[in-house]
Amino acid sequence: MSKLPTPDKLIATIPAFPMEGWMDTKPDFKPGTWCYPAKVDNMKALGMPNPHEWSADQEDWNLPENWEEIIYEGLKSRLAKHRSLKVFMDICVRCGACADKCHFFIGTGDPKNMPVLRAELLRSVYRRDFTTAGKLLGKLAGARKLDKDVIKEWFYYFYQCTECRRCSLFCPYGIDTAEITAIARELLHELGLGIHWIMEPVFNCNRTGNHLGIQPHAFKEIVEFLCEDIETVTGIKINPPFNEKGHEIVFITPSGDVFADPGIYTFMGYLMLFHEIGLDYTLSTYASEGGNFGSFTTFDMAKKLNAKMYAEAERLGSKWILGGECGHMWRVVHQYMDTFNGPTPPKMEVPRSPITGTVFKNAASTKMVHIAEFTADLIKHNKLRLDPSRNDHLTVTFHDSCNPARGMGLLDEPRYVLQNVCNNYVDMPENTIREQTFCCGGGSGLNTDEIMEIRMRGGLPRGNALRYVQQKHGVNTMACICAIDRATLPPLANYWAPGVTVYGTHELVANALVMRGEQKRTMDLRQEELPGMEDE
Amino acid sequence: MFISLLAVIALGCIAWLGAASGFQYLIGVVLPYAAVLVFIGGFVWRMVDWAKSPVPFRIPTTGGQQKSLDWIKPARLDSPFTTAGTVGRMLLEVLLFRSLFRNTSVEIQKGPRVVYYSAKWLWLFALLFHYCFLLIFIRHFRFFLEPVPFALTAIEFVDGIMQIGVPRMFMSDVLVVAALGFLLARRLFSEKVRYISLANDYFPLFLLLGLVGSGIWMRYFAKVDIAAVKVLTMGLVTMNPVLPEGIGAAFFIHIFLLSCLLAYFPFSKLMHMGGVFLSPTRNLPNNTRAVRHVNPWNPPKKYRTYAEYEDEFRELMEEAGLPVDKTSEEAAAAE
Repeated sequence: MSKLPTPDKLIATIPAFPMEGWMDTKPDFKPGTWCYPAKVDNMKALGMPNPHEWSADQEDWNLPENWEEIIYEGLKSRLAKHRSLKVFMDICVRCGACADKCHFFIGTGDPKNMPVLRAELLRSVYRRDFTTAGKLLGKLAGARKLDKDVIKEWFYYFYQCTECRRCSLFCPYGIDTAEITAIARELLHELGLGIHWIMEPVFNCNRTGNHLGIQPHAFKEIVEFLCEDIETVTGIKINPPFNEKGHEIVFITPSGDVFADPGIYTFMGYLMLFHEIGLDYTLSTYASEGGNFGSFTTFDMAKKLNAKMYAEAERLGSKWILGGECGHMWRVVHQYMDTFNGPTPPKMEVPRSPITGTVFKNAASTKMVHIAEFTADLIKHNKLRLDPSRNDHLTVTFHDSCNPARGMGLLDEPRYVLQNVCNNYVDMPENTIREQTFCCGGGSGLNTDEIMEIRMRGGLPRGNALRYVQQKHGVNTMACICAIDRATLPPLANYWAPGVTVYGTHELVANALVMRGEQKRTMDLRQEELPGMEDE
Repeated sequence: MFISLLAVIALGCIAWLGAASGFQYLIGVVLPYAAVLVFIGGFVWRMVDWAKSPVPFRIPTTGGQQKSLDWIKPARLDSPFTTAGTVGRMLLEVLLFRSLFRNTSVEIQKGPRVVYYSAKWLWLFALLFHYCFLLIFIRHFRFFLEPVPFALTAIEFVDGIMQIGVPRMFMSDVLVVAALGFLLARRLFSEKVRYISLANDYFPLFLLLGLVGSGIWMRYFAKVDIAAVKVLTMGLVTMNPVLPEGIGAAFFIHIFLLSCLLAYFPFSKLMHMGGVFLSPTRNLPNNTRAVRHVNPWNPPKKYRTYAEYEDEFRELMEEAGLPVDKTSEEAAAAE
């Protein structure tokens, strides 16, 4: 990993626009700007086309011999399959409204990170091959010939897009760069170009049921270990069910929550909540991943990994699925899952909270409920005893993850939950939250350390908004509802707003949750002293 | 940029020379018919061509709170759950440029501080251009209808209410030039927009400026024989074309540029007019979990089944006390 510049230096080195036109500039594959290639073995095991050895910093990427044909045919078939792509290739007027909406453009100053130019990288090839004007007029009509440098450029810039869709919100025609990036990445995968940080989790998820490759026995062990920590903090012993048939609900969350700090505290929070309300649920080791890195490779891979959720609900005889805090998981669940793998198994039912009786009509077909919806409903119906003063040492703000914000509209539920479990809550400035939220800089499988400088640059708008509320309101806590955020926001906060700690929303819920039979809480879930709650 | 400007100037010259050297019938009658045919045919072809590709996924960009719990207020238009809400969202988008209204501009200041400014100029001038153009389009129906309906006279009265000059100056003429000027100036002077602009971004701007300019010149300065023009235009709409004597060259330049615009339209970015209606991030409701969306090419399910998973991990699962569908003995007996 290359060394990170200081924040001041990073900003000072945002370059001016180049003099040459964008078709005449090439990306510089400096260390820290590109992701490591996927392992050939993983690509082979998943049946991905043309697996081969290559690396972005080398001159020759060892593309398959007929690579031009592969791209031409690949683009042609996708134009026929996705109206979105076809329309988005044709109707952009280059008004530039999207230009400064992209966190990567703001942080890198690289014109090709303006969403419009990111799309033009593909559009220029499309014009040349699929439009008459492009064939006749060439560069004059914004068309260019596909060559190996174009492929390199695609790789560089379509892996500097986190598919956050902020540009799409501002586009007068709703042109969605996430859609264009997803399809461009599909094309790159057809040439055997994938990245390790995405392909390894995909491989693992297919085999072991989760991105981290945790095998069933280890999964159970880790969760039981977390239960011991819960007992230390609360004095209550929880024995969560695994792979058990006949429970009403299957609970699925990103495996990052089981494995990585601070996600584990969020996971402990879920278990404590379920225990307290007596929820009839089971965990599954087979479907132990809510996230879906497949969705960062191809639509088919996303479908393949997602299929386990319904399959497991059917095998276990559960009525509906409750989903944990995660960003892209919810993009897939909310907008793709039912289309991919529905209709749901016949024995599944429209989700109904067994505690409050609320029927989640908004999930009537997909039969999967977001935990923020579920918990907000519990709190609204006064089903939880909460002592928010346990979080009084925290001044909390909330980071809307891109996918739940712009691919779902889950904005008020988590805020309602947070405002009920924390007494000190403030939002960041309005241009940086809710549907206008900024990416953490590491979405869509880019949360890998070898591109830390790019991540920090992309994290500038988010980090700066955080620093603003830190200085103005004394914010020391950023809550989120996303496992990738829990991995990416701590380094971001350290870099741009040191002193702010990142929490999952349900960790804060569990801190405030008054459980029947619990011992006096003197520690939070991280086993740090609760100020004012020490032994009196 | 210069190529686009030269192209439009060249088109103007062609029309002028043509009108002066006996091609008046071609420019005034044949080309307009051809252009209208190309426009309609091309427009329909483009729409059909787009519509032929299916919409595999329902992917609205949600611009506000979803509909979930009864007591949480949903954003009915920015994140519509129903068809009515979606129609409302589209109307806001098409009639009022809702998304562009959100526009901000960003600046990194010392500190560092990333600051966002409201930036509604583009929205304002884009809206101004489109509505003025629409108004001018409607006003032109005076040349295709006899008698001229009262509504048209009323529009003209309001449009010319400032009562400046003879003939009266239409506000829409002034504003459309101002709006086009703004859009052009943005392309030339905003670093970001200049960098992304292609010849096919400048060309329609110059073409429109040429079209509007020739119209203004004809009405206010050259003062062509309006009665003769109307004889020609009425002849065109009644499919009984005649070419009266004495129409000035300005008119032929105007109608030639219009023909160019019509013929160019379906094959250019101007098709955003039709395309916006087909944008899947705007024209679909945010109700994917409530109502299943069907993908016509949904591939068959292929995934690692639980049975395959258990086969690989059975012994480890049994050791850990996890339930299994088939015990090791059963699995061994089955082999």
